[in-house]
Amino acid sequence: MATTAPEAFQAHGDHHDHDHAHDHPGFFARWFMSTNHKDIGTMYLIFAIVAGIIGGAISGMMRIELAEPGIQYLGTFASMLGEKNPSFDQSLHLWNVLITAHGLIMVFFMVMPAMIGGFGNWFVPLMIGAPDMAFPRMNNISFWLTVAGFISLMISPFVPGGTGNGAGTGWTVYAPLSTSGSAGPAVDFAIFSLHLSGAGSILGATNFITTIFNMRAPGMTLHKMPLFVWSVLVTAFLLLLALPVLAAAITMLITDRNFGTTFFDPSGGGDPVLYQHLFWFFGHPEVYIMILPGFGIISQIVSTFSKKPVFGYLGMAYAMVAIGVVGFIVWAHHMYTTGMSVNTKMYFTAATMVIAVPTGIKIFSWIATMWGGSLSFKSPMVWSIGQIFLFTVGGVTGVVLANGGVDDVLHDTYYVVAHFHYVLSMGAVFALFAGFYYWFPKMSGRMHSEFLAHLHFWVFFAGVNVLFFPMHFLGLQGMPRRYPDYAEAYAHWNHVASAWGYSIMAAGMLIFFVNIIYSLLAGKKAADNYWGEGATTLEWTLSSPPPFHQFETLPVIDDKAHH
Amino acid sequence: MAVDQAVLQRRNRRVGMTMAGVVLAMLGLGYASVPLYRMFCQVTGFGGTTMRVSEAQAATVVSTNKDIRIRFDANVERGMPWQFKPVQAVDTVAVGVRDMAIYTAKNTSNHTITGTASFNVEPEQAGRYFSKIQCFCFTEQTLKPGEEVRMPVIYYVDPKILDDPDNKDVDEITLSYTFHVTAEEKATDAGAKALDRAGTGG
Ligand code: HEM
Ligand SMILES: [Cu+2]
Repeated sequence: MATTAPEAFQAHGDHHDHDHAHDHPGFFARWFMSTNHKDIGTMYLIFAIVAGIIGGAISGMMRIELAEPGIQYLGTFASMLGEKNPSFDQSLHLWNVLITAHGLIMVFFMVMPAMIGGFGNWFVPLMIGAPDMAFPRMNNISFWLTVAGFISLMISPFVPGGTGNGAGTGWTVYAPLSTSGSAGPAVDFAIFSLHLSGAGSILGATNFITTIFNMRAPGMTLHKMPLFVWSVLVTAFLLLLALPVLAAAITMLITDRNFGTTFFDPSGGGDPVLYQHLFWFFGHPEVYIMILPGFGIISQIVSTFSKKPVFGYLGMAYAMVAIGVVGFIVWAHHMYTTGMSVNTKMYFTAATMVIAVPTGIKIFSWIATMWGGSLSFKSPMVWSIGQIFLFTVGGVTGVVLANGGVDDVLHDTYYVVAHFHYVLSMGAVFALFAGFYYWFPKMSGRMHSEFLAHLHFWVFFAGVNVLFFPMHFLGLQGMPRRYPDYAEAYAHWNHVASAWGYSIMAAGMLIFFVNIIYSLLAGKKAADNYWGEGATTLEWTLSSPPPFHQFETLPVIDDKAHH
Repeated sequence: MAVDQAVLQRRNRRVGMTMAGVVLAMLGLGYASVPLYRMFCQVTGFGGTTMRVSEAQAATVVSTNKDIRIRFDANVERGMPWQFKPVQAVDTVAVGVRDMAIYTAKNTSNHTITGTASFNVEPEQAGRYFSKIQCFCFTEQTLKPGEEVRMPVIYYVDPKILDDPDNKDVDEITLSYTFHVTAEEKATDAGAKALDRAGTGG
């Protein structure tokens, strides 16, 4: 974006404001030193889209290599990335670099910034009737720390990482591969990127909690907050409790790598399995950090397009709290094969399955909200229904994997890859698109094309299913994850996933970008409440886009107002 | 009606500081998990961690006449120039009876090397019953070029293993050691690794 930023994305000056001078900061001041929650939200969304394009392109490199058995493209990719005459091992190392980068980018630089940084920043203050976040300057720091983290991650593929350039540790960064197994600075850059973006997220979480606790408009009690705000509140607590543990673990990796400590090195009394415990103590809550705000978005949308309040509001709010709490005591379901006693496995199996209960409460409450509602199938609603369906498929395979005995067979196979893509690439990403079409006109002031949004849905829906459903078969047949090559027996479904699935999915994404460009250039002006009757939260009382500063006079929420 | 800005700022700062406290506490917990995990392994025998017992504790153990086979396994870290092996590969002892196993280690290089052994037993659930009274793995071993030493382990298998359903089908336990270089005279390595074996099971 140059100085000709689409006028559509610039919020109106606030005509009720008494101090006009700071309403029209210059380009640099507005976007680089921004303290405005809406501008920061916009920057997070643009950042997430850019990161998503890079992460998606990397998955394209992976899928084309997996289209046939044997190694066809990795060598070419390695030389394109600056490795002169790459050896076979260096080409294979690039595979590890690709899966690592894809995972880290999608988790830390696409889903999290979009959900929390993007929609959270935009709509939490609007929905609770606050003029801005509690700590506007810290908000700015959070964003730029995330960007700095991304830059650190983008440097790592171009510096040595052991066998070849780049960090090839997987997104889990397990020791000892990430310590004695990867010489060179690439892994340090990758780990440092997690430090930076993690610090950004912790500051962001503190900001959200303070905002939600202290800045609600009069009458907006906790039990009247929209469910999206509840979801961000729970997510912020998860971030606050989980990320510091990751920070500790990866700092230990750094000192083991560079300063001679032996936290994870048996020769000095350490234990690599301890790293896995620490990582997953963070990692399991992290997967809910990625989906809970999505749950919040889905709740708003389902209620809006059913024209009725969410069924079982309190149950929905506390189901998220329950998911958050229980999420901290199930981590070892990622470690069933590290040699656990039968009793330990039994505990983690049972505890993991308990999470399916509050998750089920949410699914059924969405369905109950739609039941008997006055439904209108606008694009956000269609994406939400798709989300509910596909997330449930991923939840079911999760419950299968939760069984310690079954997981001994399925761990580290494509079945796990299928599971987490159903909950993430479909669960989280569909929620993001649902939220995008729900709120894009509110943020930009321009309507998108509903036709393209529906088309995007159907093409993308077909694409991701053709891409990821066969992975269940591959996993059950025993195909291990994280390898660039495979036995002939797995060729058929890999070909389907690469040739059909990925291409259809990518075509869907193209429609998305066309739709954004169309709406920015030629979209109709959006009314204040373009979804009409069902849209009852506070953001719909404001103009589209909302004024640069909103709620200078705080709105008062009366007793009858519903969620 | 609106909250006074100064009051709001004070309240915000208080919540913000509390949350910063939570973050620091979790960070501390992350680091505290290192000693906690070690203690947990020592207490529960998790991951096949063996138990370290004193002479006094060992004296109270009542022996049985149920036999169990013990296998001895010896390894060195990749590239460590020591020959390390048990004198006897297998031994059969009665549960609760004290036994001594001897390992030998020889430094085949031309410089002095200090090593420490890490250890565990297989199957893992037997770890909590494998009690060591004395072990060369409690301390560092320094060998001069060509020097060879005999190193004893004095241990017994706690009779409580006979009552544990998880160990019902265990009739053989493998005790395994791996020697690691702790310090080397010539500076080939990135420097001595910090050694923290304090209180570890033995
Ligand atoms: C009903 C709820 C769920 C259950 C019972 C469940 C269970 C599991 C289990 C047992 C594994 C480990 C499989 C293995 O590595 O062998 C796993 C992996 C995973 N799950 Fe779930 N899961 C659930 C929901 C979710 C959700 C909501 C997300 C994210 C939004 C998620 C993301 C992941 C990811 C990313 C992995 C793979 C991590 C890795 O090894 O790289 N899961 N899940
Ligand atoms: Cu998990």
